[in-house]
Amino acid sequence: MKSLGSIRRSFAPWGDPASKPFISVKNVTKKFGEFTAVDDLSLDIYTREFFALLGASGCGKSTLLRMLAGFEQPTSGEIILDGQNLAGIPPYRRPVNMMFQSYALFPHMTVENNIAFGLKQDGMPKSDIAERVQQMLKLVKLEKFAKRKPHQLSGGQRQRVALARSLAKRPKVLLLDEPLGALDKKLREETQFELMDLQQELGLTFVVVTHDQEEAMTMADRIAVMSHGKVIQVATPAEIYEAPNSRFVADFIGDVNLFDGTITAMDEGFARLESVGGIPIRMVSTEKLSNGTSAAVAIRPEKIRVSRQPPAHAPTNAGEGEIWDIGYLGDMTIFHVRLKSGQVVKASSLNAVRAVEDPLGYDQQVWISFAEDAGVVLKD
Amino acid sequence: MAKLVPALVSRLVIIIPYAWLLFFFLVPFFIVFRISLSQTAIAMPPYTPIFDLAEGLSGVFESMRELSAANYVWLTEDVLYFNAYVSSVVIATVSTFLTLLIGYPIAYGMAKAPRSMRPMLLMMVILPFWTSFLIRVYAWIAILKPEGLLNQFLLAIGIIDQPLIILNTNSAVYIGIVYSYLPFMVLPIYSALEKMDHSLIEAAQDLGCTPIKAFWRVTFPLSLPGVVAGCLLVFIPAVGEFVVPDLLGGSETLMIGKTLWNEFNSNRDWPVSSAVATILLLILVIPIVYFQNVQSKSESGGR
Repeated sequence: MKSLGSIRRSFAPWGDPASKPFISVKNVTKKFGEFTAVDDLSLDIYTREFFALLGASGCGKSTLLRMLAGFEQPTSGEIILDGQNLAGIPPYRRPVNMMFQSYALFPHMTVENNIAFGLKQDGMPKSDIAERVQQMLKLVKLEKFAKRKPHQLSGGQRQRVALARSLAKRPKVLLLDEPLGALDKKLREETQFELMDLQQELGLTFVVVTHDQEEAMTMADRIAVMSHGKVIQVATPAEIYEAPNSRFVADFIGDVNLFDGTITAMDEGFARLESVGGIPIRMVSTEKLSNGTSAAVAIRPEKIRVSRQPPAHAPTNAGEGEIWDIGYLGDMTIFHVRLKSGQVVKASSLNAVRAVEDPLGYDQQVWISFAEDAGVVLKD
Repeated sequence: MAKLVPALVSRLVIIIPYAWLLFFFLVPFFIVFRISLSQTAIAMPPYTPIFDLAEGLSGVFESMRELSAANYVWLTEDVLYFNAYVSSVVIATVSTFLTLLIGYPIAYGMAKAPRSMRPMLLMMVILPFWTSFLIRVYAWIAILKPEGLLNQFLLAIGIIDQPLIILNTNSAVYIGIVYSYLPFMVLPIYSALEKMDHSLIEAAQDLGCTPIKAFWRVTFPLSLPGVVAGCLLVFIPAVGEFVVPDLLGGSETLMIGKTLWNEFNSNRDWPVSSAVATILLLILVIPIVYFQNVQSKSESGGR
């Protein structure tokens, strides 16, 4: 059996110009009165993709999902699903199903009947319904709870019923609105992996809305980072993290240190930049930037080294400062180093050794440094 | 001591409603029941004394021996009472059904109205209560009588050329009861619909229900506790209704409330009217117990 990883590694239809998107969102705008919830947004989602819409609340991600489900109609633009324009098609005729954030389980029906609800609407023969319900119960490991009512279940079990119900009709696309939002942390982490396995097993296309970046990073093949009704970047989790295309994405996903400055020179794929904080920086850059352009270098905390001695490449990509704050997290330690310019740089280091002889302490004079490929240059 | 006081207070809080029921329902009911077992007498009050404390315990036992179910036997002998009971239940049932038919859409509309408008709509439902019930029923006389507002209007627009005879018929009683009790139907249904999660309807539609199907499969079943409460709040008082049939109904209108009133005031037969009231209560206990059952079931059912 192929492992999930090997399937995932080879899965990248978005990079293949020959593959056709399964869902195409084309220049969609949605206005509520004066308020623009989704602003001229275009997206392509491919078959069997696990696609995440990530953004802060009010960024329009839920509105986009509701337009896919048919609960909202775009003000302008169109949504194509499997070659079919969805304009004017009501939710009950769309080949998509949604898992609601509140789960929206019918309180007056048993687990069984909740799952069978959509199948009955389709007029499926009774014996087939029973069989499908059993299948679904097995899939979400709730066989013993078939006769219970939703209020007799725990939060995690309800989430599974909601999932089983939305999957029962074998939709072409499953829309998930904050599917793990109501679960506690431990359960959420477990369920993330279960959802991924399920999606692979069933070969479905999942579109998930979340505000939790960790959740999106873990589960999704690709993430669309949204802000104010627009998509800022669509890319794989690794690209989003390591090569954000803008200050917003760099700042939104994970922790980041931003060194603002102006470009002083470009040489052989590297940009030279004089940072406001006084550190001369040499950083890889695929884009050719003209001198004098204001730009920022974004570097993740784990790619910044803290040492007592200045590195060999100092003063380039290195700065002197003192330890301002220490956060010990067990697996790693986070240092806040205050540079001479006053800028505070976050650096994290893995605690690979159990007992360090002479650990770094408060107020110590240290050097921070980073490699020439540790970050990205972002134009303002 | 410090712990005892809150315990005592919480005990007291429970005692108050029970005490209320004991003094203002159970005790009066037993007095009525006791009167129903005695005989009429030319006295003040007009029945043989319930018990005579002047003769001590023996007097109490003496009066016990005089108890008789004669009044109840009498109720079964005269078909008038049976007819009045049946007719009351029929009128109350039809009225309840009509009230539900009119009240449900009103409650639904209110629950679906924009949140900012709901308090105003709620106010409009409750507003009639600010006027005396009697005055409102009298107003219906002015509307329904042959030369009343309704007939004048219908004649003016040419739908009819003869005034409709509505007043002093059962139709007028239906109109009166439906009008009077509509808020009791609307409010519980509204409260059931209002707390319903809208995403349930969306989920039903997402799973393939048209909006009409979604209503019957999700909205209506979930509003049932409100429907049952509303129906009982209308049905129970409607069975014993006196004012509406007395003012709007005619000679054909036979309702137990009116019968009871006649026995009590015109005939001055307190024991028989007490027996009528006791039987009425027994008839009503059945739906009340049913209501209690549904209520506790839906409560343990939770949401």
